[in-house]
Amino acid sequence: MKKKTMTVALTVALASAVALTGCGSNNAGSSENAGNTNTGGNAPANSSTNTGGGSAEKVTLKMMHLWPAGSSKQQNMIVNDIINEYQTANPNVTIKQEILENEQYKNKLKVLSASNDLPDIGMTWAAGFLTPYVKGSLFAPLDDVLGDGLKDSFVSGTTEAYAVDGKTYALPLELNITPVYYNKAIFAKYNLEVPQTYADFQKVVDTLQSNGVAPIALGNKDRWTGSLWYMYLADRLGGPETLKNAINRTGSFEDPALVKAAEEAQALVDKNAFNKGFNGLSNDEGKSEFMNGKAAMYLMGTWELPNFTTNETIPQEFRDSVGFFKFPTIEGGKGDIDSWVGGPGVGLFVAENSKVKEEAKKFVKFFVEKWGEQSVTKAGVIPATKVDTSKVDLPQMYIDILNELGKASNITLFADVQMSPAVAQVHLNSIQALFGKQVTPADYAKAHEEALAQEAGK
Amino acid sequence: MDKVMSNKKMIALYVLPALALVLALIYVPIVLTGYYGLMKWDGIGAMEFIGLDNYSRLVQDSAFWQSAYHAFLLAAFSALSLIAYLAIALVLSGEIKGANLLRKIYLIPMLLSSVAIAQLWLKIYHPTNGVINSLLASLGFTGTIEWLADTKIVLLAIFIPIIWQYAGFYILIYYAALKNIPTSLVEAARIDGANPLQIAFRVKIPLILSVTKVTIVLAIVGSLKYFDLIYVMTDGGPNGASEVMASYMYHQAFRSFDFGYGSAIGFFLLLICLVVTWLIRKLTDSEEIQYS
Repeated sequence: MKKKTMTVALTVALASAVALTGCGSNNAGSSENAGNTNTGGNAPANSSTNTGGGSAEKVTLKMMHLWPAGSSKQQNMIVNDIINEYQTANPNVTIKQEILENEQYKNKLKVLSASNDLPDIGMTWAAGFLTPYVKGSLFAPLDDVLGDGLKDSFVSGTTEAYAVDGKTYALPLELNITPVYYNKAIFAKYNLEVPQTYADFQKVVDTLQSNGVAPIALGNKDRWTGSLWYMYLADRLGGPETLKNAINRTGSFEDPALVKAAEEAQALVDKNAFNKGFNGLSNDEGKSEFMNGKAAMYLMGTWELPNFTTNETIPQEFRDSVGFFKFPTIEGGKGDIDSWVGGPGVGLFVAENSKVKEEAKKFVKFFVEKWGEQSVTKAGVIPATKVDTSKVDLPQMYIDILNELGKASNITLFADVQMSPAVAQVHLNSIQALFGKQVTPADYAKAHEEALAQEAGK
Repeated sequence: MDKVMSNKKMIALYVLPALALVLALIYVPIVLTGYYGLMKWDGIGAMEFIGLDNYSRLVQDSAFWQSAYHAFLLAAFSALSLIAYLAIALVLSGEIKGANLLRKIYLIPMLLSSVAIAQLWLKIYHPTNGVINSLLASLGFTGTIEWLADTKIVLLAIFIPIIWQYAGFYILIYYAALKNIPTSLVEAARIDGANPLQIAFRVKIPLILSVTKVTIVLAIVGSLKYFDLIYVMTDGGPNGASEVMASYMYHQAFRSFDFGYGSAIGFFLLLICLVVTWLIRKLTDSEEIQYS
């Protein structure tokens, strides 16, 4: 009988262990906080003593971010440095971090907002991701933080991506633009020059194609990759406003320039400009065509820069042979060559119902400034704040990109980020169909127009 | 010991952990899914009760019915492939040399995780470096077949690994069932002059009929709610050409953030599976055969 009780006890213990591991896994990430006094996991965020303002009072700020020491080592280090610096300067402030991986982070943010329990400071993405949170009054407007000169330190157009109805709800940390990378060795082999106009570009494609080299590496299973090509064509043909207006409903997606851009995209497919089977390949598979030297060009965000400069796991010879050029202008089109497709990555928000909002805002301001000084040199991440290239020691390609950013005339936010999630799915599927030649350019535009109109009508 | 097992309280105590798990992880979520299906909900803001609007939208959603068609096509393929599995199991259960080894070989795909299988087949189907296209090229075939990018063949290309993945599982079930048939029956038939085919069709298959029914249900229902390989290999693409009901549900809920509609699809999928299971049981309803 005694043995039996033991078995029962063990069974119950096992069952509860199974049940608990499901809830417990998240805490593993959060307990690796460096330099924190509190290791109590998910204790309530806000300190009890605070009544707002008094600088000598103890304040605890809870911050949630998505750079674990394991997968984003450099970023994680910078965050800890900034926090330590702030805590030293403000001894009454304690900052508690909770760190989660990207997907887990998104899920947790959602769960916390449903229970109205967001951390004081957290990370968000721009536009389409941000909007529902703003509509639910979960994020605090940060225009007062931007007020005293901080706004000027941001690259123009970056904070706007986090604005809803004229108010800014987060301050961006990362900024990416998308140049066309090319393999100098392949270009030299076929005596090709960097194309200045779209006609030159088409000649480059033809030459490469007739020599059996895949001109452009593309993995369009992920769909936003093809969207980049479409967006540039739309920008160079119709100017930056046409696509923006079509999405924000002051214009139409059946604008001739947007239909023409779809035609040009299909013309590239007809020329066999992209590697074979691109619609079934992921971005990583597409990228490997470029990294293996099988394809000559690759249109991608500046987050790839480490792979072409500092990443030691990639052969030096290949890294040296990569250059970039700006997407060429199209004759008769309205776009100019200094207009980019790109956008800010994550930004910091302050929770609307945080009890320590003012302290949180102060820290966000401090964080953004410090981050801007360190992120590109220490982590290779281009910050959304302007970088003085004369003062930093960086690989030449970074310097060139940063200089291009300085004179950018416009940055058009990635289309699928501009749109609401549901419309973005229509856009992404249509892109795949367009590049797979399953729809005509006219039907492609019509599908967008219908989805956008339906969304606006809601 | 017997005393313990007949004590009602003791039984309840033993059942409790499993019951709690099943309730918390299966039945409660099913009820919640049904409830969310009646809501308009983006996963963040407040829910809004909209009655059966999600379901009326579902009935008119051609993208959903296309994904349902794909799922039923997969179910048909899986059901038909059962015949092949049964044939292989019949051969293996006969006294052929190396049956044991072969059985293990067939089981290997079953032991691999779905994601590993997906990665393996992604390499096989790769348009330029893949095994199949390289083989075709070496045979002098000039064009490139874009297995996962061509909307006309992507569905077939993705069915093959799915069928391959589950082959070992069903062969094992049939094999075990066939091995359970008393050898005396088979020997008696042989003495009466039955040839191997007759033994298979008249003796063995009727005897494992109940197992066959179970495998049909497993194969069809499993296909209807199939998700993993499709998610990893094509993500339902290109442009929905390989979308099945489960992946469509996932895309609606977790990509378009339409949790209400996603839940409605999930609940509808459950209903379809229940109806199909019931139908199969009805259609295959027959007397249990026993020779003794």
